[in-house]
Amino acid sequence: MENKEKILEVENLCVSFHTYAGEVKAVRNVNFHVNRGETLAFVGESGCGKTATSKAIMRLWNPPFVEIKDCSSMKYNGEEIMDMDKKRLQALRGNEISMIFQDPMTSLNPTMTVGKQIMEGLMLHRHLNKEEARKEALNMLRMVKIPDPEKNLDAYPHQLSGGMRQRVMIAIALACEPSILIADEPTTALDVTIQAQILDLLSNLKKEMNTAIILVTHDLGVIANFADRVQVMYAGQIVERGTTQEIFTEAKHPYTWALLSSVPALAKENKQELYALKGTPPDLLLPLNHCPFAARCEYCMQICKEQNPMETELTGTHKVSCWLQHPDAPKVESFYDRRKK
Amino acid sequence: MQTIPKDKFTIVGVEPDSADIIARPPINYWKDAWRRFKQNKIAVIALIVLLLLVFMCIFAPIFSPYEYETIDKEARNVGPCAAHWFGTDKLGRDMFTRVWIGGRVSIIIGIAGALISMTVGCIYGGIAAYFGGIVDNIMMRIVEVLIAVPYLIVVILMSVVLEDSNIGTLLLAMTITGWCGTARFVRSEMLRIKNEEYTLAAQLLGVSPWKIVTRHFIPNTMGIIIVNITFSIPGYIFSEAFLSYMGLGIQPPGTSWGALASAAQSQFTFYPYLLFFPVLMIALTMLCFTLIGDGLRDALDPKARK
Amino acid sequence: MGEYLVEAKNLCKYFQVDRHHTLKAVDGVNIAIRKGETLGLVGESGCGKTTCGRTLLRLYEATSGEILFDGKDISKLHGKELMQFKHRAQMVFQDPYSSLDPRMTIGEIIAEGMDVHVKLSGKERQQRIAELLAAVGLTEQFASRFAHELSGGQRQRVGIARALAVDPDFIVCDEPISALDVSIQAQIVNLLIRLQRERGLTYLFISHDLSMVKHISDRVGVMYLGSMVEMASSKEIFSHPKHPYTQALMAAIPEVDFDGEGKKTIERLQGEVPSPINPPAGCRFAARCKYATDICRQEMPKLVELEPDHFVACHHCDVCGK
Repeated sequence: MENKEKILEVENLCVSFHTYAGEVKAVRNVNFHVNRGETLAFVGESGCGKTATSKAIMRLWNPPFVEIKDCSSMKYNGEEIMDMDKKRLQALRGNEISMIFQDPMTSLNPTMTVGKQIMEGLMLHRHLNKEEARKEALNMLRMVKIPDPEKNLDAYPHQLSGGMRQRVMIAIALACEPSILIADEPTTALDVTIQAQILDLLSNLKKEMNTAIILVTHDLGVIANFADRVQVMYAGQIVERGTTQEIFTEAKHPYTWALLSSVPALAKENKQELYALKGTPPDLLLPLNHCPFAARCEYCMQICKEQNPMETELTGTHKVSCWLQHPDAPKVESFYDRRKK
Repeated sequence: MQTIPKDKFTIVGVEPDSADIIARPPINYWKDAWRRFKQNKIAVIALIVLLLLVFMCIFAPIFSPYEYETIDKEARNVGPCAAHWFGTDKLGRDMFTRVWIGGRVSIIIGIAGALISMTVGCIYGGIAAYFGGIVDNIMMRIVEVLIAVPYLIVVILMSVVLEDSNIGTLLLAMTITGWCGTARFVRSEMLRIKNEEYTLAAQLLGVSPWKIVTRHFIPNTMGIIIVNITFSIPGYIFSEAFLSYMGLGIQPPGTSWGALASAAQSQFTFYPYLLFFPVLMIALTMLCFTLIGDGLRDALDPKARK
Repeated sequence: MGEYLVEAKNLCKYFQVDRHHTLKAVDGVNIAIRKGETLGLVGESGCGKTTCGRTLLRLYEATSGEILFDGKDISKLHGKELMQFKHRAQMVFQDPYSSLDPRMTIGEIIAEGMDVHVKLSGKERQQRIAELLAAVGLTEQFASRFAHELSGGQRQRVGIARALAVDPDFIVCDEPISALDVSIQAQIVNLLIRLQRERGLTYLFISHDLSMVKHISDRVGVMYLGSMVEMASSKEIFSHPKHPYTQALMAAIPEVDFDGEGKKTIERLQGEVPSPINPPAGCRFAARCKYATDICRQEMPKLVELEPDHFVACHHCDVCGK
């Protein structure tokens, strides 16, 4: 597992939004990598920078309102994405890295048939002619298990249900067999039973095509069942990362504890007090030179309000940014562990 | 790595309520809108120019040594000079005074026209939206019929029927169908608010329909209505100029920018300044209102707030 | 068992789409909510749970059926009695952004209902607003703020305070947490539970989030395409679901409790919810149900009490209930 090929390496990624009120630093010095064929999940609350990060990978942000800072480095297969020109980026997007969004209705063109939209990418990137592309599109629809694919190839998006549209989106995204698929809240707009279907489909396709998936979500349940590695984001920073197993059983950051214990487990007694964080995440307009979670953290120490903690490596995969890991810090038993007993 | 004193590692925990305090200062809707309007430099300049124009319209004729209808046979067709800043016309009337007197008429017609059609349109559209169903259906069909009648024919008929043309008849002629567009737009805006959850909440709380209209519907459409008024003023100024130009507007010795331009056009190759000044004023005023409207739209749009 | 506060018998709400199409949003639903309990209502989007909640509060007029509130038929209420009802039954809305008037201060929003029902002096009114804000965990300084200055969780608290302002007995919570972040959801759910305990409130809690519904509810009703398919105590329905649809729903919840072996493989429910416009005769779930037989496609099953306080609407409970 250790020596897997790194397909994407992101270093020191900084993304800022320029608003009338000032510069909002949405992503702050984020480092991570993605291995071939694995599922990496970003989890966090709205505004924590998970979508900003994933869009930055495809360079989908446009200056001047959004700026990817020059200090950032993103290497796809060793090639620097920040240095790519327009033409190379075009080839990268859709062909090597592709993306599916939360709302399949707004990301599909309502005036084009589903088939045409799938064929578009195939003709552009794989240089197929019309007939080959149509055949391939039909295969794609079959692969994402759309019933009656011959008929639905000529359907317009509004004729399909939400789950079907998301399947079409997946078909479009996977048409050119990309090596990375970024899925930004792919199931949030869907019902539970449909969500389960889509997740099953994604994990089967992942195995078949050996595609790496970057999954952006706020739903811990989805992650537990679907991801290999998890990165927990808070206020534009990665506060904890590890394998799914490590995050769910040996979490070390108080924010991760809070996230895990604010979801009621089905096996628990009803109407007990859920663990609830106080307050709201910090305003990202602020510079935040200390731990961003300090104001809401039950274990906050004086040092947390003064300096940002370094990332501590616990195992080869499990890393956490928290002052509690400092040798001088008191040993605490988390409320999450207490709860489990 | 630097050493950190040990006493920094004692748990202090969360200060009670510290996290739930709003950091940003409170800001009122209109104050916020004004703040954002001020950021739009062009709109602010337009506002200043417009205020200057209005100021001149009010005070320039009072302090001018000439009366606008006094004929001076000695000084006919004088070009702009120290005595007559904008020159005189073929009857020797001082153009400087006449331009500002004409401006009074033009601006009053513009603002009054927009206000009248907006008021009628708001009431009509508001009633249609609030009652909905068959009432809405009938009222909107009437509007569609009215919109289908050619505007110019209505105005010409009106001025023929009402015989003499003064500000009142001109306004009546222009607004008699002018409110229809507003009514449609106000209706759609109110229908949107009718479906907002806060309207449902007010209904559930037993708030009376009258109060729902005055406390929820009107304040929430106000911003958009103001923007609409600002944008429709140039239309009315232009309509008035156009009608006067066609000879259907203000009759001499009364005047307006349109009437001045109309009178000047026959001799415009010899005395271009007679046409230049009224046309410049029309253009300036219209441009100012449009730019201000633009600024207001950006400032009042609830979607642009953060 | 306490007496019923809200009872709906054979409640129907149809929307006429055009001359030949009727959208049967709620079709023959029976609901009974006891005083002081929470009834959870779950189902996928378009199953009629929101319409059901709104009809119960007379935001929509029911097409047919009877709604009893404290023993009185609310469809026959007028004038003073109707005001009395509005005073006692309130709602918390889903979208914390559209449910607060952007042009009113928080204080005005909370006082809106109070002003209708009770006459208070300026000072008493101010004090009452402060009390209500404190009850939902906000400070007095919020009263002069506007909704857009608040975060989603804070807005939802204001929505709850507005409902509480008229001292209701019954609150319909229409997806009150689905637009919020996980950690904020927990805050709101805790608040709702605490308020219920302190004030003896009765809730109808509508949500598609099964684990939250299980957590907050005493009893849970599962809706599918306008009809109630199963209703039982929340413990019972989550441990022994009898209706095939309920079983499929339970199987689809991604569980957070990590058991170490990771990904589960469970039989997934195939297909999607059909359109509620002119639905087929018979059991609404028949098209997706693996137990479906001819009788399911012809006859609509009735909600029967299979075990004490466990109601199921299925022709084949004996087979699929196992």
